[in-house]
Amino acid sequence: MTTVSMTVNGKAVTKDIEPRMLLSTFLRDELGLTGTHVGCDTSQCGCCVVHVDGDSVKACTALAVQCEGSQVTTIEGLATNGTLHPMQEAFRDNHGLQCGFCTTGMIMSSVDLVKKAKEQGVTLDEHYVRDGLQGNICRCTGYHNIVKAVLAGAQSM
Amino acid sequence: MATNGIGSAVKRKEDLRFITGSGRYTDDINVAKQAYACFVRSPHAHATIGTIDKSAAEAMPGVIGVFTGEDVAADGLGGLICGWMVKSKDGSPMKAGPHPILAHGKARYVGDHVAVVVAETYEQARDAAEAIVVDYTPLPAIADVARSHDSGVPIHDDIANNLVYDWEIGDKAATDSAFANAAHVTKVEIVNNRLVPNAMEPRAAIGHYEFGTDSFTLYTTSQNPHVARLVISAFVGIAPEHKLTVIAPDVGGGFGSKIFIYAEECVALWASRKLRRPVKWTADRTEAFLSDAHGRDHVSVAEMAMDQDGHFLALRVNTKANMGAYLSTFASCIPTYLYATLLAGQYKTPAIYCDVQAYYTNTAPVDAYRGAGRPEATYLLETLVEECAREMKLDPAEIRRRNFIPKDAFPYQTPVALQYDTGDYEICMEKALELADYAGFPARRQQSEAKGKLRGVGFSAYIEACGIAPSAVIGSLGAGVGLWESAKVRFSHTGKVQVLTGTHSHGQGHETTFAQVVAEKLGVAYEDVDVIHGDTSKTTVGMGTYGSRSLAVGGEALVKACDKIVAKGKKIAAHLLEAAEADIVFKDGSFSVAGTDKAKSIGEIVFAALVPHNYPAGLEPGMEETAYYDPANFTYPSGVYICELEVDPDSGVTEIQRFTAVDDFGNVVNPMIVEGQVHGGLAQGIGQALLENAVYDESGQLLSASYMDYAMPRADDLPSFVVHTTAGTACTHNSLGVKGCGEAGAIGSPPAVMNAIADAIGTRVSMPATPEKVWRAIQQSKNLARAAE
Repeated sequence: MTTVSMTVNGKAVTKDIEPRMLLSTFLRDELGLTGTHVGCDTSQCGCCVVHVDGDSVKACTALAVQCEGSQVTTIEGLATNGTLHPMQEAFRDNHGLQCGFCTTGMIMSSVDLVKKAKEQGVTLDEHYVRDGLQGNICRCTGYHNIVKAVLAGAQSM
Repeated sequence: MATNGIGSAVKRKEDLRFITGSGRYTDDINVAKQAYACFVRSPHAHATIGTIDKSAAEAMPGVIGVFTGEDVAADGLGGLICGWMVKSKDGSPMKAGPHPILAHGKARYVGDHVAVVVAETYEQARDAAEAIVVDYTPLPAIADVARSHDSGVPIHDDIANNLVYDWEIGDKAATDSAFANAAHVTKVEIVNNRLVPNAMEPRAAIGHYEFGTDSFTLYTTSQNPHVARLVISAFVGIAPEHKLTVIAPDVGGGFGSKIFIYAEECVALWASRKLRRPVKWTADRTEAFLSDAHGRDHVSVAEMAMDQDGHFLALRVNTKANMGAYLSTFASCIPTYLYATLLAGQYKTPAIYCDVQAYYTNTAPVDAYRGAGRPEATYLLETLVEECAREMKLDPAEIRRRNFIPKDAFPYQTPVALQYDTGDYEICMEKALELADYAGFPARRQQSEAKGKLRGVGFSAYIEACGIAPSAVIGSLGAGVGLWESAKVRFSHTGKVQVLTGTHSHGQGHETTFAQVVAEKLGVAYEDVDVIHGDTSKTTVGMGTYGSRSLAVGGEALVKACDKIVAKGKKIAAHLLEAAEADIVFKDGSFSVAGTDKAKSIGEIVFAALVPHNYPAGLEPGMEETAYYDPANFTYPSGVYICELEVDPDSGVTEIQRFTAVDDFGNVVNPMIVEGQVHGGLAQGIGQALLENAVYDESGQLLSASYMDYAMPRADDLPSFVVHTTAGTACTHNSLGVKGCGEAGAIGSPPAVMNAIADAIGTRVSMPATPEKVWRAIQQSKNLARAAE
């Protein structure tokens, strides 16, 4: 066992864990943050995307101990003071989700995608969004409304 | 129309929890003292199982129990069943091999569940599973359905040639005679590629036996918890039905794959009783690829007989269908009653004959996947029709029009059992041609040519049979269950409504749509309606969600329950308003005396029913009504899809330029949700056409068992879609006039894409049309052309 400390959704946490524990397992099983979903075992599906120190990361591909001292934000920490993040609102307004399983990772990826694009002064369009979401698989929506949602969310971010 | 009632694109009630990470999927649930299961799966496609040495595993840290097929047999458990008896041409029943919840004596596919380890943590269970030594003796294996019959590989004892059944439908003599007299016959050979459903949430289960009450709870990723309860109690025999609660909480997609009752959930429940501990199991994605029921996998030959003007005279089809190593829950009806009965399509073809041989192979079981038989029928028919058009030198729209069942011919009896109640196929064709700007295609093709690209356009005119299903009809065809649906509407003192439905929502948005129906029918606020589903202890009976049945069957049951509420409300209103019951009119949530301004709101009536101080003598208090609905017929959504695409001849890469889907779903309750359903179906259909393929090698190893190898459609693989729902033709036999929309996209789109590719490159390739395959086909055509010169 080893001790790991990090800040998750603004709260400092310290836990004794097995060194082989994945960040996704840490968030789900140690902290009860079950909004981070695990949809595959090859880092392909993106259901588990969280933000680590401001970057989107597939939590199934990082060991919890790699996040020692990091600031981690999960879907549960995206809304601030009870107000939904504009990207969350946009997914609901544009029917960008159906079963909801990929949705949390999809929203986390989208927030990062838009934030980075704005920082780099890139103009967001459908092509950019589709390209940027390659790492997140959705089986329900056909992506049509996800793309709409991300472009709408970007407007209000 | 009520605010947020029928026809309104209301935002979904379920979304808040999903966008905030507060959904509650099976793996998110933890039960005190739960242990974790990990399965040992066969690495061989076909092998006898000798001794299983559990000793090392049992001695490992945290291990609580290790069980094998011998333990299952020793406990006298039954097995998994296929609930639809299909009979062969000679009247003999289908041949169903035993399907124990842990393999016994033999493993029949890679991934077959051979043993289970239960331990304090998942990691300990997984470590111990690797320490179990199974003495396998590998046997020859067969994965290819086309060769199963003659493979000499007996998969189940006493089942000759691996033949499950040899079934037929239609008039063979009339069909053969029409072929003998035809002016032209077009023939195609069709492979419908095998797919893995890939709901994003892997299957999971928690079995929880409670000794003190001798009761069982199973949390599971199911589309139909009630049927799971039935099968697990009546056939597997783990728990009596009245002591078993099955809960399917939030479920992350299903697409058919979560209809079925699987071994792992049964084992979790059984092991929980043996160990007196809750047992949790969650599949990883590799397990999902190996052990979820797959879809499609047909090999067919289809011929159309025509007169000199391209009128269809007869259709003749032979299909070989892969069933995998065991018959899954509904496997037998997919390539028969959900497939061949759809072969009339939208056409008035007078004679049709189809025979189907279903075979075992050493592959994962094959069962319903979005569309289930209807995509296979549509791909076959619409490929054939397009080839007919080419050979007859007719425009693909024109040959379809020439053969459409005219709108004044409904109800229309097809030669393959179904009676279509209503339809107007011209409307969808006209609208699709307009939205796709078909007239502008030649110009666009020229522009593509100027860029060195090959442009093609392809059609598909699909029909499906949804709203599954009239119980008497399917019963006469061999179904083991009735497919009615139930609904309960329950008011509380404050006028709030709980709706309990036996259908299950795993992305379809029933919590929204069903609330809209109640808001419309009872005039209550949409916000005041809560829809409960997926828990057999709350909704006591139901038949689940598949076959686009939830609204057409479950929604109609809900309407009937609302009608009963209104009927009771009228009695109470008559009493309170001192009028005759016959004079009470109910509209928009108000009971009034006809021709007067005397009225009581539904809230007041409900309160009177629950606080019956001033109440009709002899009338039961309370305002809660249950209704069952068994449909009179299937519903028949239809549509026309047009795909326009460009192929790069240098790379073989296909890029869809415009995909137009025009559907007739009858009446629509929530257009936003309906469009979303079409989008998702299109993505899966386009995925089948261009990307997805479940590939077993000669030895029965699944080569495409991860997202690294199985090409799931991603955001950059797909275009945005042009989706239009016509005012259409309302279903004639449910009061909502709805037909179902969940599967259409996956049914209609593959042939549209493949016909477009054939149009672009001048030759046909099989699905998926990968760049390599398309490039090779283009090269081969060039070589042939050169040789001809």
